[in-house]
Amino acid sequence: MVKDIEPTTGTGFLQYAPAPESTSILHLKDSYGLFIDGEFVDGSGTPFSTISPATEKKIAEIATASPEDVDRAVAAARRAHDKTWSKLSGSDRGKYLFRIARLVQERARELAVAESLDNGKPIKESRDVDVPLVAAWFFYYAGWADKLDYAGLGANPRSLGVAAQVIPWNFPLLMLAWKIAPALAAGNTVVLKPAETTPLTALIFAEIVQQADLPPGVINIITGAGQTGATLVRHPDVNKVAFTGSTAVGREIAKAVAGTGKKVTLELGGKAANIVFDDAPIDQAIEGIVNGIFFNQGHVCCAGSRLLVQENIHAEVVERLKDRLTTLRLGDPLDKNTDIGAINSAEQLARIKMLSDVGEEEGADRWTAPCVIPENGFWFAPTIFDNVSTSSRIAREEIFGPVLSVLTFRTPAEAIAKANNTPYGLSAGIWTDKGSKILAVADKLRAGVIWANTFNRFDPSSPFGGYKESGYGREGGRHGLAAYLKGASK
Amino acid sequence: MSRLSIPKTYKLYIGGAFPRSESGRSYEVLAANGDFLANAALASRKDARDAVVAARGAQSGWAGATAYNRAQVLYRIAELLEGRRAQFVDELASSEGLTAAVAGRQVDEAIDTWVWYAGWCDKFAQISGSGNPVAGPFFNISVPEPTGVVAIVAPQGTESLLGFVSVVAPALVAGNTVVVVASQQYPLSAISLAEVFATSDVPGGVVNVLTGSPAELAPWLASHADVNALDLTGAGDLDWVELQISAADTLKRVIEPEPGVPGRSLDRVVAFTETKTVWHTKALI
Repeated sequence: MVKDIEPTTGTGFLQYAPAPESTSILHLKDSYGLFIDGEFVDGSGTPFSTISPATEKKIAEIATASPEDVDRAVAAARRAHDKTWSKLSGSDRGKYLFRIARLVQERARELAVAESLDNGKPIKESRDVDVPLVAAWFFYYAGWADKLDYAGLGANPRSLGVAAQVIPWNFPLLMLAWKIAPALAAGNTVVLKPAETTPLTALIFAEIVQQADLPPGVINIITGAGQTGATLVRHPDVNKVAFTGSTAVGREIAKAVAGTGKKVTLELGGKAANIVFDDAPIDQAIEGIVNGIFFNQGHVCCAGSRLLVQENIHAEVVERLKDRLTTLRLGDPLDKNTDIGAINSAEQLARIKMLSDVGEEEGADRWTAPCVIPENGFWFAPTIFDNVSTSSRIAREEIFGPVLSVLTFRTPAEAIAKANNTPYGLSAGIWTDKGSKILAVADKLRAGVIWANTFNRFDPSSPFGGYKESGYGREGGRHGLAAYLKGASK
Repeated sequence: MSRLSIPKTYKLYIGGAFPRSESGRSYEVLAANGDFLANAALASRKDARDAVVAARGAQSGWAGATAYNRAQVLYRIAELLEGRRAQFVDELASSEGLTAAVAGRQVDEAIDTWVWYAGWCDKFAQISGSGNPVAGPFFNISVPEPTGVVAIVAPQGTESLLGFVSVVAPALVAGNTVVVVASQQYPLSAISLAEVFATSDVPGGVVNVLTGSPAELAPWLASHADVNALDLTGAGDLDWVELQISAADTLKRVIEPEPGVPGRSLDRVVAFTETKTVWHTKALI
């Protein structure tokens, strides 16, 4: 399928023949219900279609969970928590999670193809990054399930109960793993809502849950739009809310749960500075800048969307970036050569276009990589804005697309001040060959994840999350486990 | 004939200085038996905002001090409080209506609480941080850092000195600076404690003490965009859910109300920290 997308190459660069990954590995149903209490059931809301953003073709029909369906899912999770899951030994909970990790590995290619089809991200990313990390996440937290005494809350910590989890569309299955793995290891049960544009892999994951023979109700997956998620996090019988998404929605959730005693983890927006000093290893830095902002079409909350480059190497860096971006291949997400896939939705594409127009109006110099945009689907060519002022909206607001804003600095102090000049504080990058400079600058950056001479690295053992308005709580590592536990005395 | 005493003027403590409220307002503080004790400053919104400015100004310096240095400064508070023990015993005895023995036990506990938290300064990072064994050629480490400026509503009941210390000390451990609204009914020992801060190497602006009405001041602090965290421990009698909703506008970290005086807890230290994870590339050799 999706033969109507011609792979494109940059001018003067190597020509590549199409190398599409086969979709024959998929066994999709025409329609998917809600996964509640171990079974697929009909939703009572109005169903919607999930489409491929690369072709705009319908993939499957998806159920919408009504408030009554949310009730049923939470009730199933409550029963499973109180009667089964919280009473299971840690080692048995761990064994179920190990099973899931193995099943994900066994069905890795299928999941990767489904993810690229539904999300639009290049198959080489879903295949080499998303899905392997999903398996790693379950494997890591599986091992924690019988070691909760070491989570930092003293002996015999207890699960919180039912976790309401709402995840975004940029890393659909990976965000599911970030949410479900630690919750289950700690003895909680979950009701998870994937994003409405990317529900497919969560529903295939529900099949994996069945294959793993997990007790019914431990994992419930309900689909729908924002209203379904809002109903879920406000449900009175939910003990924990975990949300990844926009700061605006995160704020609404923080307000909705005020006074309820629900424990909350929020992983929200970002506007990361990627700081390149003049003593940086320049070849690696160029690759890192490209990876930092063009990985996953820039649909990354921790994307290095503000390039802060030392003034004396500014011209060289921008020129080399343009050269490198000219070689990126935009097109069919399922093509193994593709570097830049489709923008996830028409709505997101409109936002990227709008903010890019604003960038131009506010006086920044726009450069767009030369590439052929396919006729159908949602696409945005890699774009650089140079000479961006710190007050410009493209330097302040999260664009969530393949758009890089370039600013300059002269001294480390100026770089730090500019990097921290944002209400966000999720991530940052530092490029220099001088180790002591890395340590000093890393100390001063107000961000939860800092990559030195690398960018966009993730690992289940490594805590991830933001400062300031990028949210609170951490996912990954012991910190991510503790977010689903309470001390024995509480 | 007995000597006529010199009563103290109780003022606010902002940025290391002792100003009156800019509003010119004050309120009567009465003893347990109803006698007049003092006029305390009735802090205004402007005072609260000035206090936040002072706290913000002092934050990077306090956070940038070595953990060993912060530990010594907090320990120094205990030393000076010990030296002025009699004054605090008298003050608490009259304002809370306690015997000297009971008041003395409260002061001792407050002193020991400073010592306990002082000791955490250069240790808690080893408990709440981690080295992370990531699957790749990276040195990866997570360390706690202070959240920033913390606004606190101190416990409002008796045991006013201990309540005040039990919320302020843990917030300072990691390098946060604080704006704290003292007990409305029992504010005197908080201001006397500010005199201890002023003479015990606590940099000006690290602790800012407001006296007055928590109901009036807390909404301004909860909604202030330059406040990073909100400790509502003593706000149980206020409309604290509204305060928490207001704090959500800038996604402040919030501790919910707790009756009485909170016990010593590492959780209170960690609650006002942010975990920073740094990935350092290793060369392939």
